[in-house]
Amino acid sequence: MLAFLVRRFVGMVLVLIAVSFIVFLIFIVVPGGDPAQRIAGRTATQQNIENIRHDWGFDQPFYVQYKDMMQKAFTNKLVSYSNQTEVVSQIKQGLPATFSLAIGAGIIWLFFGIVVGVISAVTAGRWSDRLVTVLALIGISMPVFWLGLIVRYYLAEGGLTTFFPDGGYVPLTQDPAQWFSHLILPWAVLSVLFIGFYGRVLRSNILDSINEDYVRTARAKGLNPRTVLLKHVLRNSLIPIVTLFGLDFAAVIGGGAILTETVFDLHGVGQYAANAIGSFDLPPIMGVTLFGAFFIVFFSAVIDALYALLDPRIRPT
Amino acid sequence: MAERLLEVEGLKVQFATEDGVVRAVDGVDFTLERGEVLGIVGESGSGKSVTALTLLGLTRDKNTRFEGDVRYKGQSLLKLPERKLQEIRGNELAMIFQDPMTSMNPVYRVGDQIVEAITTHEDVSKRNARRRATELLRQVGIPNPDRRVDDYPHQFSGGMRQRAMIAMALANNPDVLIADEPTTALDVTIQAQIIELIDRLKDEFNSAVILITHDLGVVAEVADEILVMYAGRVVENGAKRDIFYDPQHPYTWGLLGSIPRLDRPKPKRLHSIQGSPPSLINPPRGCKFRPRCPQAFEKCQEEPGLENRVEQKGHLDRCWLTVDEKRRLRERTLAGEAQEVA
Repeated sequence: MLAFLVRRFVGMVLVLIAVSFIVFLIFIVVPGGDPAQRIAGRTATQQNIENIRHDWGFDQPFYVQYKDMMQKAFTNKLVSYSNQTEVVSQIKQGLPATFSLAIGAGIIWLFFGIVVGVISAVTAGRWSDRLVTVLALIGISMPVFWLGLIVRYYLAEGGLTTFFPDGGYVPLTQDPAQWFSHLILPWAVLSVLFIGFYGRVLRSNILDSINEDYVRTARAKGLNPRTVLLKHVLRNSLIPIVTLFGLDFAAVIGGGAILTETVFDLHGVGQYAANAIGSFDLPPIMGVTLFGAFFIVFFSAVIDALYALLDPRIRPT
Repeated sequence: MAERLLEVEGLKVQFATEDGVVRAVDGVDFTLERGEVLGIVGESGSGKSVTALTLLGLTRDKNTRFEGDVRYKGQSLLKLPERKLQEIRGNELAMIFQDPMTSMNPVYRVGDQIVEAITTHEDVSKRNARRRATELLRQVGIPNPDRRVDDYPHQFSGGMRQRAMIAMALANNPDVLIADEPTTALDVTIQAQIIELIDRLKDEFNSAVILITHDLGVVAEVADEILVMYAGRVVENGAKRDIFYDPQHPYTWGLLGSIPRLDRPKPKRLHSIQGSPPSLINPPRGCKFRPRCPQAFEKCQEEPGLENRVEQKGHLDRCWLTVDEKRRLRERTLAGEAQEVA
């Protein structure tokens, strides 16, 4: 167990280093990104720009710049090029919105994904399976930014009703009811894609394991069909879903729901990243990327541990 | 006379598929009495497994059609509601499957899977059920059952898993134990142990056994009565002694000729039956074995009935040859191909 943790930790550090390096390199390579010019503003003289370039260290070789940036990132001194705000404190501000979105949507999409998968597998070939399949495909096919805007227009801005609040985020600590009502639409929109996808994956997993020999054994024992399904079929079919969920959830909680956060103006980590990308601002992008990569690596370690719990065959003996 | 447990009469099982109707079982009759071991023998696709699964109602599906009757202690099983059938399954009729590697759920402990079999049919405490599971594992010869009861299937060897499967099947002291190729996936040395175990436990649990196999050698030791199946039909049926020493159907000769025997001169090559089993969607006209039968003649265009043709009562076969012809012709098949080659 200790060896496992140590191994995962070393792996995590290596992944983070690699990710940060790649992000940095892309920025150096991409043209038109001279940060000194941006910081100096539109009416700057050449001298101004030179001064800024020197003050911020942009005239140093890239490995020195990389080292500086990493040093700043891990000492909370990373500062945006475009508005000089502190990156870490900005990410922290975005956390409650992003976490609320991710956790709520995660619960919804996992639950309904399983329901959809089970219903369509159990009724495979019948009309309910076909209906659910079509709905799932529609869900998978609708881009989030489009669906978000449509939903917002019809359900919040008066296209049909103004029942739902029109974007924005209210902290849970401030007003739980408002927090909830502001998040319903973002949760739903973000979940739709995942529900359709998980439903499809689970359906095929169930249809595979329903033909396993041990399921026949379970039926031959005289178990009723529900017990056979829940205890013997579903238990094994859910193992791959755990992997999917771990990674998807990590991505969303790490600020990956950029579109949803932006469309609904949630001011979360994802929207922060979107703004930073829009203004070609390296430090926040670096910050959010590392933040997101951390969650991905962390949750994949959690999944590995869960796997051992779910499948005794891969437990170390 | 021993108690009659199972009566199967004119059983037909047909599956509707996209390619047509598969006549997997096409008229099977037999009876099974307490304490009896019935061997059902045939190659893959002869309908023996489907017959067994049908006894438990495990072939029920909207695309399956049944004809004939299966009676357990006089009660007809084919039309029994699913709920009623669940009470019988695993309780009075229990089954062991071919591949012990995949027949147990990999994510549950062996003991828990046996406990599940017990608690499904009996209202006992978990602790009692567990004690019984441990005892069952001891009875089937698992060493250290107190400890091994908490193992997962992957920690058992193939032979141990099959023993555990037998323990699971016997958990509710069933009247009929159906073993579908229980030794096919095991080492030869383990095979004999498992067969002996089934034979011994049959007496201890006072059950009857249906032993399904493609290997006549397996049933040679324990079966009382043998049913030889081909293309969904019974082609020969009789007491073990009659089948082994006076086989009437050319298919049975082929099966017998394909096992090496110490009591006969060593052949250069063992006999093999040419060709492969016929399509069950478009079976050949007349005798189903005709296309592969070296003895086929005109009359075989018409299918022979399953009749008693020899002196021995109860020994039935489906072949047009006269008994004398059969006794003369079979020698070559049984002896292997030594003569031809030499």
